[in-house]
Amino acid sequence: MVRFENVGLRYGLGPEILRDLNFQIPAHSFQFLTGPSGAGKTSLLKLLFLSLRPTRGLVNLFGRDVALLGKEEVADLRKRIGIVLQDFRLLDHMTTYENVALPFRVMGREESSYRKEVIDLLKWVGLGERMDALPPILSGGEKQRAAIARAVISRPHLLLADEPTGNVDPTLGRRLLRLFIELNKSGTAVIIATHDITLMDQYEARRLVLHQGRLHIYE
Amino acid sequence: MVDLGNERPQVPARARNLSPIVPRASIAGRALVAVVAIMTFLASITTGTVLLVSASAAEWQSEIASEITAQVRPAPGRDLDRDAAAAAEAMRMQAGIVEVRSFTKQEAAGLLEPWLGSGFSLDELPVPRVIVARVQPGTMLDMPALRSRVTQAAPTASVDDHRAWIERMRSTTGATVLAGIGILGLVIVATIISVSFATRGAMAANRPIVEVLHFVGAGDRYIANRFLRHFLRLGLQGGIIGGGIAMLGFGFSESIAGWFSGTPVGDQFAALLGTFALRPSGYLALAVQAVLIAAITAWASRRTLFATLDEID
Repeated sequence: MVRFENVGLRYGLGPEILRDLNFQIPAHSFQFLTGPSGAGKTSLLKLLFLSLRPTRGLVNLFGRDVALLGKEEVADLRKRIGIVLQDFRLLDHMTTYENVALPFRVMGREESSYRKEVIDLLKWVGLGERMDALPPILSGGEKQRAAIARAVISRPHLLLADEPTGNVDPTLGRRLLRLFIELNKSGTAVIIATHDITLMDQYEARRLVLHQGRLHIYE
Repeated sequence: MVDLGNERPQVPARARNLSPIVPRASIAGRALVAVVAIMTFLASITTGTVLLVSASAAEWQSEIASEITAQVRPAPGRDLDRDAAAAAEAMRMQAGIVEVRSFTKQEAAGLLEPWLGSGFSLDELPVPRVIVARVQPGTMLDMPALRSRVTQAAPTASVDDHRAWIERMRSTTGATVLAGIGILGLVIVATIISVSFATRGAMAANRPIVEVLHFVGAGDRYIANRFLRHFLRLGLQGGIIGGGIAMLGFGFSESIAGWFSGTPVGDQFAALLGTFALRPSGYLALAVQAVLIAAITAWASRRTLFATLDEID
């Protein structure tokens, strides 16, 4: 599903922050991406989400060489990827329900066709009471859950999550991890970038450890 | 699945009214409406004034061009009344002239009264006699033949077809219309520039929306369509406000001119700008112009929008 070959990344003329990355993300796999702060976890997620292009090497996503993709093709591939960012990126003028339903809306689906699905998921992540609330009045944890719900609602083939449990208490963190596991069991490949050792210890999964720009894989 | 939230249904069965993807009311959006409204107002005032001036100039020209004036000057040893009657008769004989009116001595005194005051004796002044002839519209009058006929009948008479005056009028109004078109061009260029800047500001304010839409897999075309619709709506709002106020202004100026008619100020304005009445075609031109400015807004926004999307990528 994802293949990196000798991938390097630098910002401008600065040093290479990711070096010689060689790995594959198989379909239906589950992995944690970890490493110290500044190791390049977010940059690697951005490479996977096509927000950044590698300075060198080959990135192959869903069988396509990303260097050869046009803008509309990138948009089409992104429809198959869900992403949860640390800063949530919710739209403040839309309710929680509308934010979570946004991927369906962009696909051009009728509201009636996805309403039940969105409501069920919002209840699952504990936002059943907050469907009509606007993001500015949500707590950090609620925003995070809304962002996760938006990333998983369209059942993407690949889910990228950057510190998805950073703003929630341990109990809710465990439940969110269960959501990711459920999603993985239904066929989505999951990559969770996290510092949280406790979270990683809760589920036996492949670990990708970034250290000094290089990736070490522990199966 | 485990429900972590409250079990009470929060969403009614009916379809929800979804919020627009690009929020309608924003400070940057209001600024854009204000900019477009002001620019449309200025463009409409310019166009309306140009239309008024050119219409009233055309009216003047056609009125003056359909008239010919002959002056019979007094000369020693000649009977002014007889010369005037002969000149009038000679003019009446000319083909193309439909009406000849000879001003009497009293009428001539009336014409001079604003300059000389009342109570003067016309006998003491060598006041020429004026004859006004109306030409059939669309007729090319043979002026040399008319002149020779009139001077044969009355040697001290001269005929004036106001050609020099009309030429000067034509060049003055032509210059006014050209200046108006120039100003209109500048207003349109200023509109494009200010709308581009206002759009850039509005896009900067909406950048997080564009980024989120990218995250959920929206392509540039999808995003551009949403924003173009938004900016076209803002442009139309601004166009309707600015063009509407200008049209109301022209409508009221007609009424205001009506209140002042008969006063010296009103008469001066009426002489210069005619009746102040913009024709229906003029109002139509202003409406088309407002729509055009809305389209320019959408076009300028589109350019700015794609530049911004490229930047965000």
